Amino acid sequence: MSKIEFTRRGIIKTSAAVGAGIAMPTLLTSPAAAYTNEPKGKTVTLGFNVPQTGAYADEGADELRAYELAVEHLNGGGDGGMMNTFSSKELKGNGILGKKVEFVTGDTQTKSDAARASAKSMIEKDNAVMITGGSSSGVAIAVQGLCQEAGVIFMAGLTHSNDTTGKDKKANGFRHFFNGYMSGAALAPVLLEMYGPDRTAYHLTADYTWGWTQQESIQQATEAIGWKTAKNVLTPLATTDFSSYVAPVLNSGADVLVLNHYGGNMINSLTAAVQFGLRAKEVNGKNFEIVVPLYSRLMAKGAGENVKGIFGSTNWHWSLQDEGSKAFVKSFGKKYGFPPSQAAHTVYCQTLLYADAAERAGTFNPCGIAESLEGFKFDGLGNGATEYRAGDHQCFKDVLVVKGKENPTSEFDVLEVVKVTPRAQVEYPVDHAMFAGGELGKCNSGA
Amino acid sequence: MDAILLQVLNGLDKGSAYALIALGLTLIFGTLGVVNFAHGALFMIGAFCAVTLQKILNISTISLDPTKTDFLGDPLKIKTPLVETWFGEIAGQAIIDWTVPLAVLFSIPIMLVIGYVMERGLIRHFYKRPHADQILVTFGLAIVAGELVKANFGATEIQVPAPDLLAGVTDLGVYLGFDVGRVAYPTWRITFFCFSLAVIGSIFAFLQFTTFGMVVRAGMADRETVGLLGINIDRKFTIMFGIAAAVAGVAGVMYTPIKPPSYELGMQFLVISFVVVVVGGMGSLAGAVLAGFMLGILESFASMNEVKSFFEMLYLPSIDQIIIYLVAIIVLLVRPRGLLGKAGVMED
Amino acid sequence: MLKLDKKDAVTFLFVVAITLLAPFIMNPFPTESGLAQFNAGYPDLMQRFVIFGIFAIGYNILFGLTGYLSFGHAAFLGMGSYAAVWMFKLLTMNVIPALILSIIVAGLFSLLIGFISLRRSGIYFSILTLAFAEMSFRLAYSVLTPLTNGETGLQITLKDPRVLDAINTTGHQPVTSLFGLEMRNTATLDIAGWAFQFNVGYYVSAVFMLIAFYISMRIFRSPFGLMLRAIKTNQTRLNYTGLNSRPYTLAAFVISGMYAGLAGGLLASMDPLAGAERMQWTASGEVVLMTILGGAGTLLGPVLGAGFIKYFENIFSKINDNILHSWFSFMPESLETFFTTIIHPFVGKGWHLTLGLMFMLIVTFLPGGLVDGGTRIWNRIRKNKKSSSSAASSTEPVE
Repeated sequence: MSKIEFTRRGIIKTSAAVGAGIAMPTLLTSPAAAYTNEPKGKTVTLGFNVPQTGAYADEGADELRAYELAVEHLNGGGDGGMMNTFSSKELKGNGILGKKVEFVTGDTQTKSDAARASAKSMIEKDNAVMITGGSSSGVAIAVQGLCQEAGVIFMAGLTHSNDTTGKDKKANGFRHFFNGYMSGAALAPVLLEMYGPDRTAYHLTADYTWGWTQQESIQQATEAIGWKTAKNVLTPLATTDFSSYVAPVLNSGADVLVLNHYGGNMINSLTAAVQFGLRAKEVNGKNFEIVVPLYSRLMAKGAGENVKGIFGSTNWHWSLQDEGSKAFVKSFGKKYGFPPSQAAHTVYCQTLLYADAAERAGTFNPCGIAESLEGFKFDGLGNGATEYRAGDHQCFKDVLVVKGKENPTSEFDVLEVVKVTPRAQVEYPVDHAMFAGGELGKCNSGA
Repeated sequence: MDAILLQVLNGLDKGSAYALIALGLTLIFGTLGVVNFAHGALFMIGAFCAVTLQKILNISTISLDPTKTDFLGDPLKIKTPLVETWFGEIAGQAIIDWTVPLAVLFSIPIMLVIGYVMERGLIRHFYKRPHADQILVTFGLAIVAGELVKANFGATEIQVPAPDLLAGVTDLGVYLGFDVGRVAYPTWRITFFCFSLAVIGSIFAFLQFTTFGMVVRAGMADRETVGLLGINIDRKFTIMFGIAAAVAGVAGVMYTPIKPPSYELGMQFLVISFVVVVVGGMGSLAGAVLAGFMLGILESFASMNEVKSFFEMLYLPSIDQIIIYLVAIIVLLVRPRGLLGKAGVMED
Repeated sequence: MLKLDKKDAVTFLFVVAITLLAPFIMNPFPTESGLAQFNAGYPDLMQRFVIFGIFAIGYNILFGLTGYLSFGHAAFLGMGSYAAVWMFKLLTMNVIPALILSIIVAGLFSLLIGFISLRRSGIYFSILTLAFAEMSFRLAYSVLTPLTNGETGLQITLKDPRVLDAINTTGHQPVTSLFGLEMRNTATLDIAGWAFQFNVGYYVSAVFMLIAFYISMRIFRSPFGLMLRAIKTNQTRLNYTGLNSRPYTLAAFVISGMYAGLAGGLLASMDPLAGAERMQWTASGEVVLMTILGGAGTLLGPVLGAGFIKYFENIFSKINDNILHSWFSFMPESLETFFTTIIHPFVGKGWHLTLGLMFMLIVTFLPGGLVDGGTRIWNRIRKNKKSSSSAASSTEPVE
């Protein structure tokens, strides 16, 4: 936010209120900030913008827990969690750049409008230098656009749409989470192995950017292994009773149902599919199968018995045995009494990555931070070796293929990792057709 | 053919919910002349009676099992619900399994009391005020009810499963000569449909065949005359309000396995239930039931792929999203009194 | 002055002064003080105050004067926003064409919807508008996705044509402006610990709000306004005199629809994104709350109500347990926990509960809203002084 610039004085003069605006700047001590919300005191404020109501509220609540844990660790509290296993050793537990980390929270309501309003007030009122969160790609894209305009960094939370780092990518936005294309690339070989090449898939798809791009990705990946696609039906995000969408699947001739749903949506559509007896069905002499491309423990828990044996992919799972994951599960579990979800994991990583980038850049200036995140290679955050690709601000790492566990030993033990798909198998060029059509643009510091 | 049958079934169970809510709504309007925007909230409160009972039944004692470890390596905590301790494992599990049917019994007294208090404490003071004020105050009440539930139960949907026995599918098609598995429909949804028919039937029987019902019907027709006969019609109407609340409540309970409840449930069903009442005819009980089932089936048909692609040719994809409102607008314009409404009732 | 009588002129000047000085008035606490969280003087919120003020002023012309309770006005606000964003995408980032189009679009749709809905009155009218609102929301949310971008919301991108603007080579997203004056520009005045923010977007919206307020004032005092009140008082009697009241109600409906469209256009001008949620019937419920809370049928009421609710939504809702604990930290711990537990459900995330309760109280006991309450208190004070019966005040609701 800068001083007012005048390009066409004549017209401005006609408006009385703007006239008042003209008189003002001469009185003003123009702000000396080099970039939006430069922290001048002893603290720095981060904005955590997560859904607390709506279809993704469970994920949002878990994200908030992880954010609070991350802040605690950054400020030197707790056991330090993944700060100890992180390959970069810049973070000392004394806040970021010596400033104590404070945070504000907001409710996105899983609605773009509300999310932007909430992020705007964080930037304008609470002077947040970084906004993070979002459990819906629609929201993430809307808020990412706002952060680009306002000149703050956006560290995307749980957003899986190709568009977030594809068509709608922004220079100020960064995503640690994986995406629809990667899910497709990781899942297809496993599906081929389990269900064979002669299958017909019926897609139910959440009707917004995430659903569209994931469906496209899965369809392309499964068609490449010989599957046919019977139909793709779009369901509004606000749907809660999926019976009228599931009923037509019964006799459609398809033998696989792909649920491109997440959170509460997925719980309800899967429950409806199971209620209609789809899993017990046989079509063309084969067992009817259900696939949930994007899986999380919270959803698996919500759907209960219904998830047993169902395949999907996930960004991270608490049962991983590397040092980073173990440290994170330990400190999260100690604090809250249950293991973290993948949503919690990705936002914890994002917060640490932001803090680390600020330390390495030596500034909170978004452009400095963007520069030190671009092409950054790291390890020890639970996903193995990872890279923030400079070309589209997407993290590249291994992808997990998981399955609903048949014999869970506890209420948290609902998923098992079937395969760790190596990074090379899910990688794609920056200008891949599914990601084309957008530009990063230039980093905006708001100056 | 089997596809159509499936959609009819789907429409019937949607329609049951619409009909049950609309029935109570129109009952209140017919007896008390009050437009109750908080009726959806009563449905929601009913659903949360089931959630509450589920919580109560799952109150557990925690014991440690040192032979197993949890995810942090500590001894595994094992929860044993108190009902299992009291009634033995098998009986206890059966009680928990049958939460929803039990919740119907649990909710009836609660809803009657809530209805009674609501009428005596608030609605009563609005009989003489304009309809707009009634709408506004009950709208405020609906917000308050939703927020109270949110504060106590959180903002997320809560799963309440149907009993195992009724959780599977029933192959209705076999009885009608279809191949096995062509028309298989979830048993709970069929149960819900039968349940609503029973409730609707008993309400009608109650109004038709009891003295109480007769007085209420007379009061609906001409309140003043009934009052002049020395009958305390206000008291009867208060009871009817309680009954309407109970109908909405049990509908909410039985609907929980179909649609997991959240605090927004009331607002979600509010608009649709008003549409049903208006299409059926304000104050007409039979109209509300008829319109409920009709709109439910219509909505299901509109979501059929064949119907959808027909409308897509007319550049209207996802017609199922708006069909009900279109129908409501047309009915209100063409036949303002609704399908079965009496001429002259609120017809201006 | 301005063809207003003296009393109205004073009211108007009062509103003008408040609006122009809002950056000072809304920021009573120094930035570093603990009370700074109650400051509302930042651009986004101030813009919302005046924009929703416009929305409520318009709604009041329909509901306050004629008594027709519409639950569908958010639809017009949403249409205004979509129209504005399309203008930003196709034509230019200048807000003027966008605002003109949003008023026109909202006007046309309100003419259509009003023409149909006003064939009925009373509760049927309310339910018709409810059905229209829900239908519009669903159209925008899923059916008309190519036009509205569905759930994600319509946004501007670097690749939009914008035929009137120079080709954008900066790589930055273009911003909305008024002939080059960017809406987001804010100048900050730092005086001894206070930071007052003067935002272009706020002042542009404020000017529109003042114009809207002035027009509404003139309508209230005109023969047309009198006719609308007659409709509210007794429509049947009016009809018996041989007068057809429908053209008047339709005119009021369309005017309020255009106000909503202007508000929607301004919202999009401040932040170029249009989401379907702003059309939902519960969003219409919000403007009903604003109008009634402030005082339906009064001039100042709707603006007051809009400000009140937006303040609650943005400031009151931020009071979390940590803040509560710090307030009561001077008490012994048990008392502190007690007070925090008591207050907790009503603040922060539970602010809707407080709002709902207040709304019920006001509908029940104070049908004239906060303005009516203020007037009553004022009259009582004067009564104590002069023991004269209350004089009709300009802000008294019309019943």
